[in-house]
Amino acid sequence: MAEVIPTKEMPPGLQVENVDDRIMTLNVGPQHPGSGHMRIIVKIDGDYIVDADPDPGYVHRGEEKMAESRNYITNIPHLERPVIHDSCNILYPYVLGVEDLVGIEVPERAKYVRVIAAELNRCIYIQYWLAIYGIFLGHSTMFMWPAGDRELFIDLMEKISGARVTHAYFVPGGVRNDVPANFEDVCLRQVNYFEKRIKEYGDIFYDNPILKARTEDTGVLSREDAIRLGTTGSVLRASGVDYDVRVKEPYDVYDELDVHTNVLKAGDSYARSKVPWLDMLESCNIIRQALEKMPKSGSIRTKLKPNPKGGLDEVYRRVESGRGAAGCYIVSKEKPEPYRLKLSVGSFRNLIALPYLLKGEKLGNMPAVYWSLNYWPVEADR
Amino acid sequence: MSVIAPKFRLGYFLKGIFDNAFWILTIVTLAGIPLIQIVLFYMDLPVIDGELLTAFLAFTWLFNPTMQVPLIKSLLYSDLFRIAAFPGFGFAALIAAGTIFVERKMLAKLQLRVGPFYCGKIEGLLQLAGDGLKLISKEIIIPAKADKPLFWAAPVLFVGTAAAFVALIPVAPGGWVVADLDVGLLAVFAVIGFFPIITILSAWSANSKFPFIGGIRALHQMVSFEIPLILSLLSVVILTGTLNLSEIVESQSNFPWIIFLPISAIVFFTAMLAELERIPFDLPEAESEIVAGWLTEFSGMMYGLVQLGSYLKLYAFAALFVIIFLGGWTGPMFWPPLETELITTGTPIPNFKGDPVLTVFAPGLPLFDKDPNEWVLQEQGELQYTSGQLLINGVIWFVLKTVAVIFFILLPRGVFPRIRIDMLLHIGWYKLIGLAFVNIFIALGLVYAGVLGPGGIM
Repeated sequence: MAEVIPTKEMPPGLQVENVDDRIMTLNVGPQHPGSGHMRIIVKIDGDYIVDADPDPGYVHRGEEKMAESRNYITNIPHLERPVIHDSCNILYPYVLGVEDLVGIEVPERAKYVRVIAAELNRCIYIQYWLAIYGIFLGHSTMFMWPAGDRELFIDLMEKISGARVTHAYFVPGGVRNDVPANFEDVCLRQVNYFEKRIKEYGDIFYDNPILKARTEDTGVLSREDAIRLGTTGSVLRASGVDYDVRVKEPYDVYDELDVHTNVLKAGDSYARSKVPWLDMLESCNIIRQALEKMPKSGSIRTKLKPNPKGGLDEVYRRVESGRGAAGCYIVSKEKPEPYRLKLSVGSFRNLIALPYLLKGEKLGNMPAVYWSLNYWPVEADR
Repeated sequence: MSVIAPKFRLGYFLKGIFDNAFWILTIVTLAGIPLIQIVLFYMDLPVIDGELLTAFLAFTWLFNPTMQVPLIKSLLYSDLFRIAAFPGFGFAALIAAGTIFVERKMLAKLQLRVGPFYCGKIEGLLQLAGDGLKLISKEIIIPAKADKPLFWAAPVLFVGTAAAFVALIPVAPGGWVVADLDVGLLAVFAVIGFFPIITILSAWSANSKFPFIGGIRALHQMVSFEIPLILSLLSVVILTGTLNLSEIVESQSNFPWIIFLPISAIVFFTAMLAELERIPFDLPEAESEIVAGWLTEFSGMMYGLVQLGSYLKLYAFAALFVIIFLGGWTGPMFWPPLETELITTGTPIPNFKGDPVLTVFAPGLPLFDKDPNEWVLQEQGELQYTSGQLLINGVIWFVLKTVAVIFFILLPRGVFPRIRIDMLLHIGWYKLIGLAFVNIFIALGLVYAGVLGPGGIM
């Protein structure tokens, strides 16, 4: 009897294939220290990567489907779960969209508080990302420093919202509660200290000759490729494209603030890792400006009806999150729940570039290239 | 950070103490006494005062004050003591343990955290002991397709080779070294050359992908950095005209070689970091790329043994650097020479009238003198010291210098990221070998100009 050959389409990594003695297949992840909650199937010839196949989906939670059975208010806490470290920014487009659907105005003070909270969260996220980038390159000090300095802003967010990471602070119509009484002073002091600290990262990490030798000219993404592959956020800006949603499509009060876009031309891993760091410095500037211009008193929330309904309408809003443009598309059919909700996130868009960047690189460059994409596995899976 | 400490109860405390005492007594009785008997059975017993030292006599003399000193001295000068305790394994293991503690705390201070804190009450002193106990109590898992004899042998061989390296290191003047070879430096090179073989054996025998890649990387790294390592030491051999490590140290009694051969020291230090697989050259254990490299499949005490071996190796390399470039144990004396009367007849201390009422003896130091009957005086410059004094002074200088070198080996771990394999090979084959050759020509120039070397101002 003939041997039974499976004809079914097998999942990646399990296909029956011609075995080449020179090519070794490595399953990097999902239990690998250098992978995160995903798997990269890497085929290597000696020390060179000939093929890379990212295999996300290990932490898929069906957030979009869950959103269809919950009303607009109860959607808030679970929609921030994809990136709990950047929870304000990932919730921002949803809140803006619901406000458009329901048609309510947001008080001026709430807009400023939102911007401050979003920028604080961006710093918290980038610190976490930077810590992991440091440990991926074997730089243990760069793991400990950001992980410790993150606490400053986590404490600040805890003062504002009551939770350390999962804030659920933004609600349609404003923010959930007002900031504490001495918030301006505390925030300004923390931000100034934080800025001083992150400038020290430049000395130990970004100016380090070994880091430069390792990451410069690795995984180069040209300007054209960056646009063609649809990358966003820091990856796009590191390739020389001047694009930032905060500047191009300002939401809330970003048009009243002076936001500078950090653009680097090189497009290599070093530039991609440096742009978020520059973004953190820029965030500090934005927070200082917002604290100055924020109305000292006033309403922070326009009350909604108990169970708000959208019209027969659809809306798409987007913001600049820590990983790039994060969008939220809501279809409403005159129900208290959204008919369809779609999150469009920067992580997944940047992941698309990974196989292009890894091909032809050395295996030793894989962590440097992979994590420089500013990719968060949980957000990509949603 | 807060820790919920259990409430102190005297009853539990006493019970804990008695339990511990009970188990210690039991273990000592069941395991210790047979062990002591075995050791006594195989030990080469010395003849003291015409009598063979038996176990019975030893116990009898142990409580006889006049016999204590020769008894202990005979132990100090036995081969077992040298191999197991002072210049050999025990001394190296002690410094290795200190190294691990310093590494953890120093790195923690650098990274703005606390480090080991609770175990041992004071700054986590006993954390290492706790880790060791944990590793011993863990199950040893061996991959199903591994080549079992080789896989078992690799950690033991690694520690054995590291201990062989330690055995070649002289620590103090007067031949305090386990194996005093005339070809000491060649023997060191031979031992260093054995490490990549063990690494690749263990990596291959595990029959797993990540250890294999790590082993190949380790092989690349160690083989390509051995050449600059040997070439950089060649210049010192040219200048001293000897391969004996003790004689190399004695040749530096006036000035250490690092003054004349700084390039050699830099090349040797860099190659040393690569041989030790420390950051920035820790490619064989690169966590984010190949899990734990060639250590991936080791579990339990097998991993502990490999770690012990690597820290012994670290001590041995630092000591080699001290011996060859920093002058080993040479250094100014910490105290003035002892008067002979203080040791032999004692110094009388008078009262206020001038009558001697008290006589002070200092019998401790001559314990380390070689000749059991006479206090051997050795010249150090113009003054004369007992050899016991020279030994203690030499050991202090040696340990101080070694610890300083170890500190500089540990420091890059907090400062540098890991480099890539092609950059590593480029550094090894292009830059370091070129520098080492430049250095050899400098040494040859110094010799032929008659400035230094066997016929120079030495």
